Amino acid sequence: MSQTATTRRDFLCVVAGCAAAATAAGCSDLTHTRWFRSRFIELSPDQKERILAELLEENRKKFPPDKQDQVVLSGKDALPGVEFGYALDISRCVGCRRCVYACVDENNQSRDPQIHWIRVLEMDKERGIDFAHANPYYDTDQVPREDHFYLPVACQQCRNAPCVKSCPVGATWHEEDGIVVVDYDWCIGCRCCMAACPYGARHFNWAEPNVPAEDLNPNLHYLGNRPRPKGVVEKCTFCIQRTRNGRYPACVEICPVGARKFGNLLDPNSEVRYVIEHKRVYVLKAELNTRPRFYYFYGV
Amino acid sequence: MRHTACLLVLVFFLLPACREGRHESSHFPGEVPYSFPEPDLSHIGPPEMEMFPCSDCHDPETADPERRQLEMAHEDIVLEHDEEHRWCLDCHDLENRDMLHLASGELIPFEKSYRLCGQCHGDKYRDWKAGVHGRRTGHWDDPEQQQYLLCANCHSPHSPAFKPIQPKPVPHAPEVTK
Repeated sequence: MSQTATTRRDFLCVVAGCAAAATAAGCSDLTHTRWFRSRFIELSPDQKERILAELLEENRKKFPPDKQDQVVLSGKDALPGVEFGYALDISRCVGCRRCVYACVDENNQSRDPQIHWIRVLEMDKERGIDFAHANPYYDTDQVPREDHFYLPVACQQCRNAPCVKSCPVGATWHEEDGIVVVDYDWCIGCRCCMAACPYGARHFNWAEPNVPAEDLNPNLHYLGNRPRPKGVVEKCTFCIQRTRNGRYPACVEICPVGARKFGNLLDPNSEVRYVIEHKRVYVLKAELNTRPRFYYFYGV
Repeated sequence: MRHTACLLVLVFFLLPACREGRHESSHFPGEVPYSFPEPDLSHIGPPEMEMFPCSDCHDPETADPERRQLEMAHEDIVLEHDEEHRWCLDCHDLENRDMLHLASGELIPFEKSYRLCGQCHGDKYRDWKAGVHGRRTGHWDDPEQQQYLLCANCHSPHSPAFKPIQPKPVPHAPEVTK
């Protein structure tokens, strides 16, 4: 009996091995690396380099011919001694949604179906911060509207992130600099993280993302704004492709009232530290103990 | 009686001392300084002024320092900036029209107008120097590669309140919530 079982197992092993070898041989090198690799965070520098080079070639084709030379796909690691923090002055925000569309342009979000990483909520001054009565679809010629204030919400980059805990395959994690990232090639699209996130900050590609080729931003990061496939989740990455090169995020630079502040929480002279130490600061849904790195403050 | 006296001594002398002590101890090493040096603004100027230099038209000899409704020029300027108490020559200098002056009489060029604004709006001035009031662009990790704006780049000095603006398009609502 045991003799038979061993034989069957051997047989199955051989069959499976042959099938795997045949599949691998029949596929291009790219597919081979894509299917038989680990999560981005587990790769050796060598493997990262190879995968980035292959993905760069693949992504280049999505750009118009005259822009293909400008395409860069970075896998840059976190800067040492940096923990990013964000501060938003809700006494200044006028609800103009400039940040929403600057983010879409910078991060290659799908235009139709529409994905917005930032959602600007309009709230009644009388009610104060009340999500049950917030309106993200306010339609008006001029903002701010009287008796209303505005609360833009994107990923809060929680230190104790429910999304990271809920991912069954480890496709989303905390980077050293505090950014919560998604490996789009590892995400299985189960959307557990979306259910877990109390801020509605994660977005699912229900269809193939649709960005006009001429509007694609060629400055790409593997964990950030590189074009995503259908069926994966995406979210704000603090503009990882910009901030790891020292630049401010796109939303900070576009804000016409200067309500958005960004910097290194570990640097006592940074703008975010100044805000935290001198202004009235609070975090959204503090009672959930998510411990966001995104702070709202009253600058006036 | 003696007890009351003791209590009074406690209230008047010891409690303020305690409070002071607590205040002292809140300064810990590495605390963010509350005042910042003036940022390097050599590369930015005030918003374009069509008619600069002002001395092309304004002659100190014929200047009229009387507060009045302007009729010959600048009628388009509507002062909505503490207009009951202020007028042109509180900021613009009568003798040297190409300069502004502080309350102290010190003359300053238009490039340093933020010092003038800071006389009344000290809290904004302090936050602006720290990079918290107003917009900064460039590099979060390198002040030398940051672009600042002067007060007058965003606020018209004659009517500084922010005017309402047109918002960008409404996001698509999921059909279920329409």
